[in-house]
Amino acid sequence: MIYLDNAATTQRKPQQVLDAVVQAMTTMGNASRGAHGSALEAARAVYNTRAKLAKLFGCSRADHVVFTCNSTEALNIAIRGTLNPGDHVISTDLEHNSVLRPLYLLEETGVISLDFVPANRRGQVDYADFERLLKPNTRAIVCTHASNLTGELLDIRRIGAFAKQKGLLLIVDASQTAGCVPIDMEAMGVDILCFTGHKGLYGPQGTGGLCIREGVEIRPFKVGGSGVQSYNPHQPEEYPTRLEAGTLNSHGIMGLSAALDFLTETGIPAIADYEHDLMYRFYNGVKDIPGVTVYGDFTPGHNRTAVVALNIRDYDSSAVSDELAMGFDIATRPGAHCAPRMHRALGTQEQGAVRFSFSWFNTAEEVDKAIAAVKELAEG
Amino acid sequence: MRTKTPSLVITFSATTDAMAMESYCQSHDLPGRLIPIPREIHAGCGLAWKTTSGMEDTFTAALEQAGIRAEAMTTLELWG
Repeated sequence: MIYLDNAATTQRKPQQVLDAVVQAMTTMGNASRGAHGSALEAARAVYNTRAKLAKLFGCSRADHVVFTCNSTEALNIAIRGTLNPGDHVISTDLEHNSVLRPLYLLEETGVISLDFVPANRRGQVDYADFERLLKPNTRAIVCTHASNLTGELLDIRRIGAFAKQKGLLLIVDASQTAGCVPIDMEAMGVDILCFTGHKGLYGPQGTGGLCIREGVEIRPFKVGGSGVQSYNPHQPEEYPTRLEAGTLNSHGIMGLSAALDFLTETGIPAIADYEHDLMYRFYNGVKDIPGVTVYGDFTPGHNRTAVVALNIRDYDSSAVSDELAMGFDIATRPGAHCAPRMHRALGTQEQGAVRFSFSWFNTAEEVDKAIAAVKELAEG
Repeated sequence: MRTKTPSLVITFSATTDAMAMESYCQSHDLPGRLIPIPREIHAGCGLAWKTTSGMEDTFTAALEQAGIRAEAMTTLELWG
């Protein structure tokens, strides 16, 4: 199979990730639950992974790296743990439902009011809209780093400077960029960075987390066993324990740790360059095929992630994706991509789109086969 | 059981501090190991750093240098 659905999850992982998970499952105890060798091995692995993530994302403190199952859980913790009744929030049309649904829930229950920076037909925002939407009670900006549909990158440094100037909290969904785009949350002005481990970081599913700037307070989303302060009737105040009730996925975290080593050895800029080469090869191969519509801005040098969303004529995107799978053994993602506002902005809410997304483990040969498949379908 | 000897025990409020302590001590050749917290003392974290008694000054400086928050230092008679 030619796997071009890496924006959903990177199917192929570095071998060291698989080895690390197997080793963890055969040797590790429960982190922060006892002081025997197996428990300490788990605790060391978890701590070392926090330190690696803090370094990778420019988080000043390893103990402010909190592990979750995925970005969605991290975003729920960040959004529901910081916003208060009466707060106004600015978000964008580029968001995934992992941002939208927690915000909608708070809006529908009367906790917050909400406005969205609109995207145009190319899926791009006007940064002046952040200022335009600002209200006296605006408390936070919650936004993605990159659209999972078009790959459009938001200028987080610019948004962060605006947030800092206005005294706003900035919560960023880095699901599509962690591991693919260099991130420095301190330099970019990010207060809470939410990430998943199983996409661009090449770790196992079931890993993710949030990095918290020192001084940012988040209420616990869940409470329970922590392995510490057992006679305290409340969840401990200290990060990361405050937000990590229950046994951690130490086996997955060990795999994530190995994946972070792979990223460090390979270099995120090198990975980004390679993925972009594949993306532009694909884009240049399909953009002029009659009947093919490609969404987004592919101007050389434009900041984006390595995804290409397209449609063929007025064909149902699900039918095209199924044809690619059954007829050409190519895996893509059709439909709405959990990005309803972006599809409305692009005018694709009825048709959806077929998303091709590339990784370090794809090859130019695979891309050429995908181009040929799109051409054959468009001509058919 | 092993013989009881005086030991310096450093406690923490969070596991991450205990793990940071182990990492720092190993990289700076400071003696000791993590142990389950003895019943004589109370601390937030279930792990404590057990080391040679009489090294309070060394470890006070190490904690400051590493930026690690300890809850307390206590000398206890412990096995091993």
